[in-house]
Amino acid sequence: MEAILQQFFNLDIMAKALPLVLKGLGVTLLICAVVIPLGALGGLVFAIGSVAKNRAVRWVSIAFVDLFRATPPLVLLIFIYAGLPFAGLKISPFAAVTVGFFLNNSAYFAEIFRAGLLSVPKGQGEAARSTGLTGAQTLLWVTLPQAVRNVLPDLLSNVVEVVKLTSLASVVSLGEMLHAAGLVRSVTYNASPLVLAAGLYLLLLWPLVRVIARFERRIAS
Amino acid sequence: MASVAASGGAADAAALSVRALHKSFGADEVLKGIDLDVRRGEMVFVLGPSGSGKSTMLRCCNRLEEPDSGEVLVEGDRLTGPGVNLNRMRQRIGMVFQSFNLYPHLSALGNVTLALRRVQGMAKAEAEAAGIEALNRVGLSDRARHYPSQLSGGQQQRVAIARALALKPSVMLFDEPTSALDPELVGDVLDVMRDVAGQGMTMLVVSHEMKFARDAADRVIFMDGGVIVEQGPPEQVFGAPTEARTRAFLSRFHG
Ligand SMILES: Nc1ncnc2c1ncn2[C@@H]1O[C@H](COP(=O)(O)OP(=O)(O)OP(=O)(O)O)[C@@H](O)[C@H]1O
Ligand SMILES: [Mg+2]
Repeated sequence: MEAILQQFFNLDIMAKALPLVLKGLGVTLLICAVVIPLGALGGLVFAIGSVAKNRAVRWVSIAFVDLFRATPPLVLLIFIYAGLPFAGLKISPFAAVTVGFFLNNSAYFAEIFRAGLLSVPKGQGEAARSTGLTGAQTLLWVTLPQAVRNVLPDLLSNVVEVVKLTSLASVVSLGEMLHAAGLVRSVTYNASPLVLAAGLYLLLLWPLVRVIARFERRIAS
Repeated sequence: MASVAASGGAADAAALSVRALHKSFGADEVLKGIDLDVRRGEMVFVLGPSGSGKSTMLRCCNRLEEPDSGEVLVEGDRLTGPGVNLNRMRQRIGMVFQSFNLYPHLSALGNVTLALRRVQGMAKAEAEAAGIEALNRVGLSDRARHYPSQLSGGQQQRVAIARALALKPSVMLFDEPTSALDPELVGDVLDVMRDVAGQGMTMLVVSHEMKFARDAADRVIFMDGGVIVEQGPPEQVFGAPTEARTRAFLSRFHG
């Protein structure tokens, strides 16, 4: 029992690890702040493309979404960071993470937005167009607000997934929270920093998970 | 003659003209040459069996459905053909749908003012004043802040009528405006339609409210198989139809 406490819940080690892990948390939040809006925006664009009238636009959008939903994010990240240099394209860890997560995230956000757009009855757009709104105005003022509302829990769930996914950035030595905790673990030979990081993830995500649960219940009722 | 009228809203032009309108879905020819003039201030009812092309004809009149050939003119101005500003023309053609199609995320007033603000570019206060006025015409200015889910079906359809009215259209199209309503709510909507007609609105109405058609319509059109089979004043079409198909259709309603 004592050994388990020492190995996983050593408060001294946690206290020593805290500054570095908090710095890692800062990087995690920074990645999220860049990657979530970018991914949502990209997803929206590809979702709109995937329901466009133009066949070529539709085809390209759907191909993009399929490709990056089928590519494991870890493979994508390592390919961008360690593979592309073979083509003479060397980029920083942060840029690699941003690009990789943008591609992965956009595909997932696109699929959610697409479901949202398809959930809005056709008559809504027809009513709007019949009053003289352009296609873009109809999307902005009529279709999109309803689409987003209909898939809000899924969008928020995806945000949770993205936050968790940022831990992958540790493989390209970007000093986010998992990477920081791992560093301390490797010098102290003690797992407590990892427990600390896990605790911070929980603290970060639990409120969001609660909010989603509440949304889902409201929609179900 | 059509080309003279098309050069710009001649005063004597019909409110709505449909010429040689054809429309197919795949191999299925749904409209086989429709010619129709609706005079200013006229209320025209369209009857016909299910699948006869009534909705398709109405939807071609504001190009929610793209005609294969033929033309549509509003007060002599072309709606079809090259160089037409469709979004501008559509403001002159109000449309009321069977399923209301109110925007659920906007209040009654929001529904009515959306196009006033985004299409006609009115400022918020101006649009809201015009919106309240339109809601007043359908007797619902006291429900302006209600959302569609907080309104009865009949109230929702009246808001939809106000949404179309607010743009001050030259003609209004109604596609079975009361057939999604509980029977006890139909009367309110018909009353509003009668008021709007009484104020001089030009109306083309697809509906099977025979009793209403009989005493409110100026003209009744019977469609079948994508063509206009017969038309005339209601007393003639209902009282002494000349075509066998019209008689067969009407007999189903009279029992
Ligand atoms: N978008 C479409 N694609 C394919 N076929 C269509 C489409 N819209 C209508 N049709 C077909 O065109 C025909 C005419 O339909 P329409 O809706 O105009 O009839 P209607 O007279 O309004 O009938 P109802 O009284 O049932 O509303 C029908 O056979 C219908 O199946
Ligand atoms: Mg119909």
